[in-house]
Amino acid sequence: MTPRLTRIALGVSAPILALLAAFAITSLVLIIAGDPVGDVWNTILTWPETRNQSNIIDNGTVLYLSGLAVAVGFKMNLFNIGVDGQYRVAGFAAAVVAGEAWLPGYLNTVLAIMAAMAVGALWAGIAGVLRATRGVSEVIATIMLNAIATSLVAYLLRKVAVREEGSNIIATKEIPEGSRIPNISIGEGATAEIYGFVFIAVLAGVAYWFLLNKTRFGFDLRATGQSTTAAVASGISVNKMIVTAMLISGAAAGLVGLPIIFGDSFSYGSTFQSGLGFAGIAVALLGRNHPFGIAMGALLFAFLDEQSNRLQILVGVAPDIVAITQGVIVITVVISYELVRRYGVRLEQRRVAQALVGAGAEPQRPLDGSQQPPTDGPSDQNEETKA
Amino acid sequence: MRRSMKLAALLTAGVLSLTACGSDDDGESTNEGNGGDAPQSDVKVGMAYDVGGRGDQSFNDSAAAGLDKAVEEFGVDSQESEAEDGEAETAREERLRTFADAGYNPIIAVGFAYAASVGKVSEEYPDVNFAIIDDSSLADSSNVASLVFAEHEGSFLVGAAAALKTEADHIGFVGGVETPLIQKFEAGYVAGAEAVNPDIKVDVTYLTQVPDFSGFADPAKGKTAATGMFDNGADIVYHAAGGSGGGVFEAAAEAEGWAIGVDSDQYNTADPSVQDVILTSMLKNIDVAVYDYITGVVEGETPTGVTTYDLSVDGVGYSTSGGFVDDIAEQLDEYKQQIVDGELEVPEAP
Repeated sequence: MTPRLTRIALGVSAPILALLAAFAITSLVLIIAGDPVGDVWNTILTWPETRNQSNIIDNGTVLYLSGLAVAVGFKMNLFNIGVDGQYRVAGFAAAVVAGEAWLPGYLNTVLAIMAAMAVGALWAGIAGVLRATRGVSEVIATIMLNAIATSLVAYLLRKVAVREEGSNIIATKEIPEGSRIPNISIGEGATAEIYGFVFIAVLAGVAYWFLLNKTRFGFDLRATGQSTTAAVASGISVNKMIVTAMLISGAAAGLVGLPIIFGDSFSYGSTFQSGLGFAGIAVALLGRNHPFGIAMGALLFAFLDEQSNRLQILVGVAPDIVAITQGVIVITVVISYELVRRYGVRLEQRRVAQALVGAGAEPQRPLDGSQQPPTDGPSDQNEETKA
Repeated sequence: MRRSMKLAALLTAGVLSLTACGSDDDGESTNEGNGGDAPQSDVKVGMAYDVGGRGDQSFNDSAAAGLDKAVEEFGVDSQESEAEDGEAETAREERLRTFADAGYNPIIAVGFAYAASVGKVSEEYPDVNFAIIDDSSLADSSNVASLVFAEHEGSFLVGAAAALKTEADHIGFVGGVETPLIQKFEAGYVAGAEAVNPDIKVDVTYLTQVPDFSGFADPAKGKTAATGMFDNGADIVYHAAGGSGGGVFEAAAEAEGWAIGVDSDQYNTADPSVQDVILTSMLKNIDVAVYDYITGVVEGETPTGVTTYDLSVDGVGYSTSGGFVDDIAEQLDEYKQQIVDGELEVPEAP
């Protein structure tokens, strides 16, 4: 095989290996739990109906934005656990701004989206500044900020909330109809509609790719992520990069809740979906921080989530099996990429050794990829895997 | 650094994904074949529980008890499904639709979080009957029955009991999650205590804030909060915190104080080691509401509109197991009569 073919084969084999392993491990769990393995897979692998497809795309959109927000941090070697707090603070801000409707129609929508991104960026920026100026680990800072976000939003929600007669849910004022983002029909009936926000999510993905791979800033960011010392040596201000990366990550996190707010609930209430930031971490890992990979990961997670109710009601299996499957997939993906990477390195060593022996020279180890400065071409997180 | 980062990320993601697996029940189907001469009915009941599901020893279990009674009595077929923490609104809707598509009718949604999804799905399936607990915003719907409770009235009675029993003139209230529903418990409790003793001191705390609903399922948080109150001089603590209440009982046992249970008669359901500290429980008879509703459906009626379970129909009340409140039963029943007669108005918000 030519080196190029080898690389493609290796690239394809990693995710396939991961899914097969996940399939086997989950089946084992099912057998141990005494659940009907065949029925479970039969139900999970059923092609979803139109309304389920639209749910999968909707929830996938939300997970995708969350995955992007986390991935920006990962590229910089920053672990932004705080996406969870950031999207809730930002979502609340957007819902309040849009609900108050200071501007007419879509101007109001644009203002609310800007507000969400600004608030998300600020909330993440706190952790960035702490890390840059005081050396506080962003992991600790963002976890703490998550807790503060929960209390802050709950407090503010009680201040501004309206409560429908007879309901025990409190929520912000509803967004006026002219400022909502219309859903797009993908089939018959009201249930076969997807969020119009899906286009904004795609745009966010393109922007992410462009920023990281086609701009000076993206180069600096990846360089800093791979080697701080190399970055400093080439004149990059690491502290400035940390703060900027957190601001961008937070701004992206600000978008996470918006598809729901502008396409479904039209307000931020006490039953607003929580935990999306943590799901985003898994999705970013699954997609290996590549905009297309994150999309695949988000859709896979949304697909599995969608099957959870069917598993419970039609097969009588605990919904936890879906959570287990998701966890197993994340672990097998990470492990199988590492295995394939090592195998690839070994193949290359052998090839180089043969070539050198053929040329009558001393065999040499190839350079360790992680020591190389980043290249400017399209890339995924782990440059070294391709080296 | 890079490697350890990845490992940390992986571990976190793994742990976070697995926390969802913590619940102890397995959502198994309860439709065991009705053997022998058991009664048979062609009614298929779909139960959509709130977070925690069957096995939470509190809110969901109370609803499950009503279902179990109906299954035994009428031989209805049933299937259960529970909400997951942090699930999407579409997941709640899909749960109801999946039940409806599989032929379940009626479908009972346990908990106010289902309000929006029941509203939406009940319109899509006009021939299917729905019931929702703790919400009456769908009162005008033609195929939804709203089952609500006067929690403030029951809480008033246990508040009065606490005020009559306290020796420190200082009592406490631990709420699970600060929502209008739980504030109803607080309002009634404080009003009841102040009716007995206007100068009584009532400490109030909530374990978590929305959208963090873990305050209903975290005994450790419940214990910390209650221990704080006992240390602060309170001698009776009432909890409206679902599964977190177990921690409140432990705190009471360690501080040698009293605790007041909620929803079901917790003297009978709590761990035997803390049984003796449960002064009384505020009964919220969700099981009665669920059973009544299924009975209606089995008998061919389609119950709709709002049914309020208050003191006058014994939908709420206080428990006497353990006999700790026998000496004040007369005073409590007097208050009860006054509330039923409308002489005493209990506030619904603090």
